[in-house]
Amino acid sequence: MTSSEAENIIRVENVSKSFGDFQALKGVSLDVSLGERVVICGPSGSGKSTLIRCINGLEEHQSGDIVVDGVTLSQSAASLREIKARVGMVFQQFNLFPHLTVLENLTLGPIRARKMSKADADELAMKYLERVRIPEQAEKYPPQLSGGQQQRVAIARSLCMEPKIMLFDEPTSALDPEMINEVLDVMAELATSGMTMIVVTHETGFARRVADKMVFMDYGEIVEMAEPEKFFTEPDTQRCREFLEKILHH
Amino acid sequence: MNKIIITIALALVLAGCSGNWGWYVVNPTTDAGMVNLKFMLSGLYYTVLLSVTAISISIVVGLVIALPALSKNRYIRSINRFYVEIVRAVPILVLILWVYYGMPQLAGIAINVFWAGVLALALSDSAFEAEIFRAGIQSVSRGQYEAAHTISLNYRDTMRFVILPQAIRRVLPALGNQLVYMLKMSSLVSVIGMQELTRKANELVVTEYRPLEVYTILVLEYLVLILIVSAGVRWLERRMQTDERG
Repeated sequence: MTSSEAENIIRVENVSKSFGDFQALKGVSLDVSLGERVVICGPSGSGKSTLIRCINGLEEHQSGDIVVDGVTLSQSAASLREIKARVGMVFQQFNLFPHLTVLENLTLGPIRARKMSKADADELAMKYLERVRIPEQAEKYPPQLSGGQQQRVAIARSLCMEPKIMLFDEPTSALDPEMINEVLDVMAELATSGMTMIVVTHETGFARRVADKMVFMDYGEIVEMAEPEKFFTEPDTQRCREFLEKILHH
Repeated sequence: MNKIIITIALALVLAGCSGNWGWYVVNPTTDAGMVNLKFMLSGLYYTVLLSVTAISISIVVGLVIALPALSKNRYIRSINRFYVEIVRAVPILVLILWVYYGMPQLAGIAINVFWAGVLALALSDSAFEAEIFRAGIQSVSRGQYEAAHTISLNYRDTMRFVILPQAIRRVLPALGNQLVYMLKMSSLVSVIGMQELTRKANELVVTEYRPLEVYTILVLEYLVLILIVSAGVRWLERRMQTDERG
């Protein structure tokens, strides 16, 4: 963490979060610079999803600071609105709107929140559908698509809000194996375009290929943080080594 | 078993021919019978108008009452509980009498029979609609709210474009039930003189002294009306399903 604060588009400082008695985050700090790709891994319940959900205000953190692109996340509706506009998110379960067509899923945000005209929003949506390589599915409803296609639609829906940062919460965990790559390819392409990304995933191949920084979390703490090369070959901590053995050796 | 049922049914039909029944009062081939039938059917207008007006109002009120139930704040949630528990506890007939005879004294305004009926039915039904909508809205997964959050939709747009369309689709069968229920409960408004199906039948019984035949026709009137409404609701359900599933 040598980079100066000015370059950091995301600054998470000593953030804690509890659900009742369970402490999900115990004073986590993480800096992400503009255009950086961070991959977070760790056992389930380690707080990795909670961390990225705090960054876009889906969960309220109880102490510490989260600053996104110069905006400090607080209880105020204005700060939340500012941050939502800058941060896109892709979920494990896609969370597409099943009663709307693919095109309507993509244009709802631009029309209602960004006040775009329908024609402009349609054009924008088609642009991003082409980018995720499914423009031909525009008029279908999400339940008619495969899991991989649905997740690509979800990515396009986020991109239509033209965020500066994209958060991915286990984007391939709910997919059948043969569909994982089509989603990872889209994400890798997004990474090369310079998008700032935080990805929670156990896809080590993707992590090696795309990540600038690897983060390992366990019991609500960041245990290991390193470049992928070092992270995968010689991690400093025993806990990280044990975890990597479990996910790599089969 | 079947033979017993057939025997009983035949006995009933034959009894009908034996002179115990006086179908002449509603015999459409005679002038008098036709006049009586038309008189009975003329109540249909108010039965339908009353029910449809009342359910339209109760759906809107029910939705407004359902929304506080979703709040994280305990006190806001209790607004919903208070309304639902109180309104649900009053029998519809009692509510009709109270609104028509009691409320004018309280508020100092006269209310006509139609609007008294609408008010009482809508009030009573709104508590049930609120519960239906609450269940429907709560059945929409949290992920839908979260997705709406990430594309910067505000609360109003989230409800209007994401949550309610899905919730309403899911509660459509229950709303159809309420409409059927409302059509039946509208018969109670006859006690304050509303000129709907039941009131017309009552009046005819008083002049013709043939309760068996007149009320049998009344039963058939409600039966046909409600079968048509049920078919309509099922059609609407199917149409909205195909929207989603293609």
